[in-house]
Amino acid sequence: MALFDLRLQDVHNKLKGKELSVAELVDSSFERIAKTDSAIGAFLSLNEDGARTQAAELDKTLQAGGERGLLFGLPAGIKDNIVTEGLTTTCASQFLSNYKPIYNSTAAGKLNAAGAVTIGKLNMDEFAMGGSNENSSFHPTRNPWNTDYVPGGSSGGSAASVAAGQVYFSLGSDTGGSIRQPAAYCGIVGLKPTYGLVSRFGLVAFASSLDQIGPLTKNVEDSAYVLQAIAGYDASDSTSAKVDIPDYTAALTGDVKGLRIGVPKEYLGAGIDPRVKEAVMDALRVYESLGATWEEISLPHTEYAIAAYYLLASSEASSNLARFDGVRYGVRADNPDNLIDLYRKSRSQGFGPEVKRRIMLGTYALSSGYYDAYYLKAQKVRTLIKGDFDKAFQQYDLIIGPTAPTPAFRIGEQVGDPLTMYLNDICTIPVSLAGVPAISVPCGQADGLPIGLQIIGKAFDESTVLRAAHAFEAHTDYHKLRPQL
Amino acid sequence: MSITLKDVEHVANLARLELSDAEKAQFTDQLNAILKYAEKLNELNTDEIEPTSHVLPITNVMRDDVRKESLPIEKVLLNAPDEEDGQIKVPAVLES
Repeated sequence: MALFDLRLQDVHNKLKGKELSVAELVDSSFERIAKTDSAIGAFLSLNEDGARTQAAELDKTLQAGGERGLLFGLPAGIKDNIVTEGLTTTCASQFLSNYKPIYNSTAAGKLNAAGAVTIGKLNMDEFAMGGSNENSSFHPTRNPWNTDYVPGGSSGGSAASVAAGQVYFSLGSDTGGSIRQPAAYCGIVGLKPTYGLVSRFGLVAFASSLDQIGPLTKNVEDSAYVLQAIAGYDASDSTSAKVDIPDYTAALTGDVKGLRIGVPKEYLGAGIDPRVKEAVMDALRVYESLGATWEEISLPHTEYAIAAYYLLASSEASSNLARFDGVRYGVRADNPDNLIDLYRKSRSQGFGPEVKRRIMLGTYALSSGYYDAYYLKAQKVRTLIKGDFDKAFQQYDLIIGPTAPTPAFRIGEQVGDPLTMYLNDICTIPVSLAGVPAISVPCGQADGLPIGLQIIGKAFDESTVLRAAHAFEAHTDYHKLRPQL
Repeated sequence: MSITLKDVEHVANLARLELSDAEKAQFTDQLNAILKYAEKLNELNTDEIEPTSHVLPITNVMRDDVRKESLPIEKVLLNAPDEEDGQIKVPAVLES
């Protein structure tokens, strides 16, 4: 088994046993990137000097025999909308092509403190708007399983880099499915934590009431370890939740006997690829064999989720992205006539088409005369959608369905048709609106492309989500499949 | 409700975006398609439903009123496109 195929725990043991140095481990990541990334395009920038300097320091600590955690020395990739002090953070936008943050996001800071090594910044859809990585304003990322296909998005670089063995884990962000859907398309594990569990401080805001940072990993155990490192209250994020953080790996008991699972019929209805449906049914049979029970349920407002989401997320985005005005940072347009013209020209030159489209939609939905009809209406529908989940979770421990209706689609196939592109998020968006946690784990393949199983839990019950995901993984081999690169 | 080219120009002005003629035409079509889809929400009676702006039951999060160090000016100016005497420089706000 190649080094990059190993679990975090195994790599940790090699470092601890001095079979391997951090410098060697970091070198092997850069070698893998050099070999594979011209075909994949997962990275926007590499932190070669910084990572090697850090590796040398960590090796000294290792030699001195100091106390170290599991992530110590492990190469990680960070989505390029998570700010990293001194490392260019572009959000895959021309607007921020020269932006070097002067502070660290809380999540990246926690990884640093744990000794993880930032290998580089990962490609994404511009400002996290998109589901294919085709909206990166630098270059698209390609799916490691078949480079004619998209890796999903918006955390497409984060998913592709882990699937390609370039880094041991990565951070992504999820607003309406942006961790789970690319994890599904790339055949890896992606966890969107409960809203408020991981600090958003230093995550460049897209839709503040929905955005969450989470881990992308090769398996569920690794996901639990990374979540452990980044979860927790942060005074710098006013929407950070004051909750006790359990030991997530302790939850991985393999025991799912008696778990009650609800399977929403809306997630397996029209528009779902039959091969995806079959893979989900197979997964449910695995749970049955392990002593869990499942029943078909209804989340009756599912069909309204996409419309509500695009109004709410775009409205929040139009407000959040007002800060990009060319005054304090980012690319400023040349020769403006006056200050307003500076805003207008800088924004028009700096933003790509999808970002402009969502700013336009959001500005319209919030504008005088339309606020009640669109924005307020969507907020009320959000209440109904959240109510669907509250009701279901009175009777069931978990809700399970597909992560995405289909496997990955071809690059270019859905460009120019934003509405069709939005419909790919039908199974992930309602979960985001409800704010509850969900994980995508590999559960099958169709024509060589991975399929993801989505396991949704109660708010702040990541433990049960991880336990169920881990038990499934222990009885299947889908997470062991690797793309040929 | 359908969006006209004029609406698109109005919204672009509010959003401080300068759109080409091609972009205006494209956004008129695409926003109409998206908003037509959004009309689906009107199938639901929400008269008695409270809006959700946020899923967590948190309101008015305050920090202690204590003085903290600000970021140093040199650092803050590192990303500024233009600066003079420790301040960010912009074109004239008022026309002379």
